[in-house]
Amino acid sequence: MAANGSPKPEPMAAKKASPDLLNSSFSFKSLKLKTKQQELLLRVSILGLVYVLAFIARLFSVLRYESMIHEFDPYFNYRTTLFLTEKGFYEFWNWFDSESWYPLGRIIGGTLYPGLMVTAALIYWTLRFLRFFVHIREVCVLTAPFFASNTTLVAYFFGKEIWDTGAGLVAAALIAICPGYISRSVAGSYDNEAVAIFALLLTFYLFVKAVKTGSLSWALGSAFGYFYMVSAWGGYVFIINLVPLYVLVLLITGRYSMRLYVAYNCMYILGMLLAMQIRFVGFQHVQSGEHMAAMGVFLLMQVFYFLDWVKHQLNDTKLFQTFLRITVTSAILVGGIALGVGTASGYISPWTGRFYSLLDPTYAKDHIPIIASVSEHQPTAWSSFMFDYHILLFLFPAGLYFCFKRLSDATIFIVMYGLTSLYFAGVMVRLILVATPAVCLISAIAVSATVKNLTSLLRTKQKVPQTGSAKGVGSSKSSSKVTLDQSQPFHKNGAIALLVGVFYLLSRYAIHCTWVTSEAYSSPSIVLAARGAHGNRIIFDDYREAYYWLRQNTPTDAKVMSWWDYGYQITAMGNRTVIVDNNTWNNTHIATVGRAMSSYEDEAYDIMRSLDVNYVLVVFGGVTGYSSDDINKFLWMVRIGGGVYPVIKEPDYLVNGEFRVDKGASPKMLNCLMYKLCYYRFGELVTEYGKPTGYDRARGVEIGNKDIKLEHLEEAYTTSNWIVRIYRVKPPTNRL
Amino acid sequence: MMNLSRSVALISLFLLPLLTFSFSVDNPTDRRVLVLLDDLSLKSSHSIFFSTLKSRGFDLDFKLAEDSKLALQRYGQYLYDGLIIFAPSTERFGGSLDSKSIAEFVDSGRDLILSADTSASDLIRGIALECGVDFDEDSSAMVIDHSSFDGDHTLIAADDLVKSHAILGKTKIEAPVLFRGVAHSLNPTNNLVLKVLSASPSAYSANPSSKLSSPPQLTGSAISLVSVMQARNNARVVISGSLQLFSDRLLRSSVQKAGSPNKYEKSGNEQFVTELSKWVFHERGHLKAGSLVHHRVGETDEPAIYRIKDDLEFSVEILEWSGKSWEPYVADDMQVQFYMMSPYVLKTLSTDKKGLFHTSFKVPDVYGVFQFKVEYEKLGYTTLSLSKQIPVRPYRHNEYERFIPTAYPYYGACFTTMAGFFVFSFVYLYHK
Repeated sequence: MAANGSPKPEPMAAKKASPDLLNSSFSFKSLKLKTKQQELLLRVSILGLVYVLAFIARLFSVLRYESMIHEFDPYFNYRTTLFLTEKGFYEFWNWFDSESWYPLGRIIGGTLYPGLMVTAALIYWTLRFLRFFVHIREVCVLTAPFFASNTTLVAYFFGKEIWDTGAGLVAAALIAICPGYISRSVAGSYDNEAVAIFALLLTFYLFVKAVKTGSLSWALGSAFGYFYMVSAWGGYVFIINLVPLYVLVLLITGRYSMRLYVAYNCMYILGMLLAMQIRFVGFQHVQSGEHMAAMGVFLLMQVFYFLDWVKHQLNDTKLFQTFLRITVTSAILVGGIALGVGTASGYISPWTGRFYSLLDPTYAKDHIPIIASVSEHQPTAWSSFMFDYHILLFLFPAGLYFCFKRLSDATIFIVMYGLTSLYFAGVMVRLILVATPAVCLISAIAVSATVKNLTSLLRTKQKVPQTGSAKGVGSSKSSSKVTLDQSQPFHKNGAIALLVGVFYLLSRYAIHCTWVTSEAYSSPSIVLAARGAHGNRIIFDDYREAYYWLRQNTPTDAKVMSWWDYGYQITAMGNRTVIVDNNTWNNTHIATVGRAMSSYEDEAYDIMRSLDVNYVLVVFGGVTGYSSDDINKFLWMVRIGGGVYPVIKEPDYLVNGEFRVDKGASPKMLNCLMYKLCYYRFGELVTEYGKPTGYDRARGVEIGNKDIKLEHLEEAYTTSNWIVRIYRVKPPTNRL
Repeated sequence: MMNLSRSVALISLFLLPLLTFSFSVDNPTDRRVLVLLDDLSLKSSHSIFFSTLKSRGFDLDFKLAEDSKLALQRYGQYLYDGLIIFAPSTERFGGSLDSKSIAEFVDSGRDLILSADTSASDLIRGIALECGVDFDEDSSAMVIDHSSFDGDHTLIAADDLVKSHAILGKTKIEAPVLFRGVAHSLNPTNNLVLKVLSASPSAYSANPSSKLSSPPQLTGSAISLVSVMQARNNARVVISGSLQLFSDRLLRSSVQKAGSPNKYEKSGNEQFVTELSKWVFHERGHLKAGSLVHHRVGETDEPAIYRIKDDLEFSVEILEWSGKSWEPYVADDMQVQFYMMSPYVLKTLSTDKKGLFHTSFKVPDVYGVFQFKVEYEKLGYTTLSLSKQIPVRPYRHNEYERFIPTAYPYYGACFTTMAGFFVFSFVYLYHK
């Protein structure tokens, strides 16, 4: 079934795994030992190069800027890692952070996935043990590239498992530079996904291997891979739903086997027990609706096994049919009742909003503005598929074709992984990342199979007279194609042309990936860069300027209110207490901040007093033309605030359904706190030559309220490019 | 050498406030008072009031309000701790003084006695307005009362005093207080200002020499005759609508309220202004709090963080200034809150009569960043608003019970299953 009889010696590498090949390859062994060694050398060096390539392709950001942590969430991860390395694991595990979510606080140990931090800390401790005295920041910065390199290795073995070594090599090369993966794993992007994709692919690989071999040890490995994944990223829910789905499909298509039984049961039970050790996950595996599919399939598996056994015992088919009917009906009934009672009694929690929004892309928009407000949760545009996958987008269907041509347990898995993850990638931009390994693997099959077919076409033409007898052993379609091709001599030229085409496409892919990495995905977004009038690079380092100002100039117990996007950065870099941050666990608290930002100053003052706010920080792009500032995020603050406090109404801030900041803006908009804080004294400033004062470059309009007076706040600091503005909340007036 | 000279400089810096007999945290009574008069004859016509102040150790500096050398501060330092403005008709102060600098004087924590009178100038009205007091807009209007008067219907015999020992002393003022002057009302949004002497319900504010053409704007007990304001920084202000209230003539005058059989040899004015001046210059009702002290029961050091359900002890020392020294403050209404957005614990503190207020309670079963809060707002006393932040953490992973008695059946089930499985495997594998 798996033998394709190509003249290349790849099948020999796979012979350990599949004994079917033993016969065909045994005869080569003594003859072509040297070729095999050459092939091994070639393979190892290619893999080595890919390994290095995957690492260095992700270093653009370090070279362009400096060795720094990027974006928002990585700052939290960095802060916790620092804490872990300084205070040790138990302190980290029990860490109650009083610097965020003032005054509620946050139990860090119980509300994060510790995998990433523990990984980085282990690397750090190992390096120190080996007498490499590096700073923990460097370790954090380079964790993502390092794990990306490891992912290429897993991709190679996975490719080898589902197709052959050639496909494995191509898959490793494709995934090493695929922009969809690089976007989340450049140096400095110290986020959960950095290690999670490695863990995800490893789990899948080990599970496929376990299904293929029916070996307990591979299944155990898969369970450990799953444990690592659970400890690293919330995306583990994808595994715990895809694997049962896969098993279910195998059951339905009649591919049930003892191997599957062993692999799934071992992986599920051990994986579940291990996953429960992560505090953040806890009892979700038995209590949450998202994990029920896995348990249902587990029970179904037992029913299948039981039926198999009964069938074996009963030789009467008619009796068995009735028995089957009764058992299946009662099993479904019992399962249904158990699920119904569990849900009704509240023991099994219903699906969360995030889960719903994955299945139904419009759900978040209507129900959970806080999820919909995040840019990486938006539905994916077609262009970003093109941008992130490039030629893989065309190779993917071709790869699917090859997979269907040669269906096996492994190819069924990769097909299902590819199709489901691609659906989720369409729902949310950030999930392109999850689909990337599948897309790379399937595309690699397409590339590898095509190239192999084409080269074999070329080779057999030359070799047919001499090696006809040797070819006789193989009995696959490629050889039958070869015999067909002999009658059409110009196919050789066609094959050459096609090969050239393939290599042209692949080289375009490499160029595209490099370009995307360097232009789009290597920006730390904490330091902004722009091109000046003479083509020179201008660096806006306003964020760090503001955070260091906070660190140096405010009392240590000062509370800073800002929109939640900047919470992690303020605590990590400014070392000050924040009201809300990027861990959006308490919607009401965020809504309170949203309400303060969208109220008039005196109402906002009461809210800020009740939260003991000392400083207010806003991000403003009107001077530099930086478009992701607080004014552009403002409608989300209104929506999130209005979701909890109905006094905040979105139409009050709009004029004919349009969001404006110029003279035509609504009076509430022109006088709300956010507007005042962003545009305070902006009316005196000339931002662009030939424009009136107070010309907002981010929105391209002249602002509507140039004469802003602040009553309860005063300007404390504005960074050099006005991107971050900090205000001090004044104490109540002395005599009133 | 460097160190020595530096430490000498430091010591002298600390000693500086002690060396000068001025208003300070440790010695809050005012010492140097500037008295602004619009006529130097007031010095003799109000001599009793001034001499009581002098006899209590105040250093009075009399200046004409138009004096061109008037200045409240020099080189950024205030020259006075208190200010008495007995210049109701002054339109402009001399020197650098204006209503803004007087407001700043109060905002720096210093005290003010302001007295208006009929035909008060806009300047005086402006200063009063800064303190939440509105004088009647009609400049010729006076308070008229046809039921509580002494002789003349504009000479009010008022006895509606605020009931506060802190402001007016422990001895009750028996005789009515004589008042002749302009009415004022309080800004309703300002909750720092309050009436000390109110008019009777039958009083109204109008021009006594002309006929009433329309109903008066200010009537009844909405009219305040004398008001006080304690700012958030505990600066104290007295605003009176009558300058005559302080005069020797009314202080010495006998009083008999119209229609009342009681005749008093002496009006209540002297006691009233003396006690009021004691309050305004911080000789009474001035509290000082030490730091908030808290620790776990059985420990002495303050922890950096509490755990939920910890038992803790809390104490705070509160002293009252008697005018000369700090005395223990005794009260049974001092409360502490354990506060996170709302009070989770509210306890009344018990006192040991030596100034130490203390209590003990259990930390609630809620984690978060809490505050110990003592908010003490008692009429006439310094407002105490103390808070101290302390985080409360949940249990650590090893602070839970290791074995729960109710779960013993489960432990038993677990271990019997394991044992059973072992036996089963053994029998299954080795028993043919």
